[in-house]
Amino acid sequence: MSELNKAMIEQYRNSFLSEVEANVEEGEWVKMCMQCGVCSGSCPLGKHWAHPPQEIFMMIRAGKRDEVLTSDSMWMCTSCYNCIVRCPRELPITHIMHGLATYARKLGLVPQNQPTAKFAEIFWNNMMKKGRVNELKLGLSLYFKDGFGPGIKEALRNKDLGMKMMKAKRMAASEFFGGHGVKDVSGLQKMIKKAQELEDARMKKFD
Amino acid sequence: MAKREYSYYPGCSSQKGASSSNLMKSVDTMCEELDIQLNEIPDWNCCSASIGYASGSELPRLTLSARNIALSEEHNKNQEIVATCAACWLATKEAAERLKEDETMFKEANTALAEAGLKLQNTTPIKHMAEVIIEDIGLEEIKAGVKKPLEGIKIAGYVGCQTNRPFGIAGESFENPMYLDNLVESLGADACTSYEKKVQCCGGALAFSEPEKSQEMIKGIIEAAYDNEADMIATPCPLCQANVEIYQDQINEKYDTKFNIPVVYYSQLISVAYGRSASDAALDGQLIKAKKLEDIAGK
Repeated sequence: MSELNKAMIEQYRNSFLSEVEANVEEGEWVKMCMQCGVCSGSCPLGKHWAHPPQEIFMMIRAGKRDEVLTSDSMWMCTSCYNCIVRCPRELPITHIMHGLATYARKLGLVPQNQPTAKFAEIFWNNMMKKGRVNELKLGLSLYFKDGFGPGIKEALRNKDLGMKMMKAKRMAASEFFGGHGVKDVSGLQKMIKKAQELEDARMKKFD
Repeated sequence: MAKREYSYYPGCSSQKGASSSNLMKSVDTMCEELDIQLNEIPDWNCCSASIGYASGSELPRLTLSARNIALSEEHNKNQEIVATCAACWLATKEAAERLKEDETMFKEANTALAEAGLKLQNTTPIKHMAEVIIEDIGLEEIKAGVKKPLEGIKIAGYVGCQTNRPFGIAGESFENPMYLDNLVESLGADACTSYEKKVQCCGGALAFSEPEKSQEMIKGIIEAAYDNEADMIATPCPLCQANVEIYQDQINEKYDTKFNIPVVYYSQLISVAYGRSASDAALDGQLIKAKKLEDIAGK
């Protein structure tokens, strides 16, 4: 191969698709999309995506790195799996959307105050504390995610619902103090730390 | 010795004082009636549900589920794992499949598990309780045990997303699964077979982060149940149940509707049809009382 050819290949190499293939969960499937649009038409929150999945796939192939990774779109995924079961090429679309969202978070590219990204973080941190989700604290942190003032307002707005849930024994005030959890918390935390290290070590760098 | 025995993964919402404690209680009652012994996986952990992905990336997430499978393989040897929560089932089954397909990830998961002194073999089948009812037991046997047919109750069977996709029940369609309707009829109730929202998404975890967008979808799910003249909605999924039941007041306020329709679990239907009390069926756990079911339970 001539030097010029090599240089041209390098210049026009679509590194974002390679980046997605290497670093995004199930990213190696992106090139298989045939742009039929069934995923976009099947998404229950479809109308709220600035770029529906079909478009995201084409944007990845077109190298639109910033537009994709800073997009709010994949944060609209409700994990309903409609797109997965309907895709004629059997792309694991739900997982790719999750993967893109996760990758954007790792790179610090998530739009500010994206509510689902915030909720996901609250959920994960809540769960990692004791190995099981503490629903009471999860609800409270969610109310207070935008600060103390809005939190009080939100908590009051949902006060009746909370009382009804307690009455039905589906929420327990005692969860505020301690609450459910696994016995081997430290083992679980060490395990997750190790898993994260192993995954991070596999991550490829792209300029 | 019980007729059937499984390793049981109840999940975070099916604990005492948690949002689907009524699912937990009615599943216990149902299993007593069906002679099923559930052996809880000792020290099981959260699967991180369908929202954990964004903070816990792929391997940490899969390892969470791998820990549960490993614990089950160690303590509940040769027992299939059964989950009652759609998200628990999906996450566990997904992890098992992914780790079977990907040798590197399987090895890494085991390296991480070793930190907690565990080892994954990954040979255990992962089932949803609906599969136990429909496939292992079968509706004929379910029907034969009915003591109080649920006569005169019209039920919209709301299967939801994750009990149905991407795995679902073998032989059922993703677009129009019939097993819940068939179960409802086996128990002597009337199924709204033309209920068009049976697999519509309720927003899932986004009901918390994107309440307006989700409640718009929930509104459709409830409206369709009324259009089909349902007395109540029945579902296998704890998040579907909660989302469709608890936001009815907020939806009424926003859309000027008058929704007040009970949302129950299949396990509550079975418990009542098998002659158990309203309390055993955890009907006291409903925010919107399922009066017609309570009446049959009280007869």
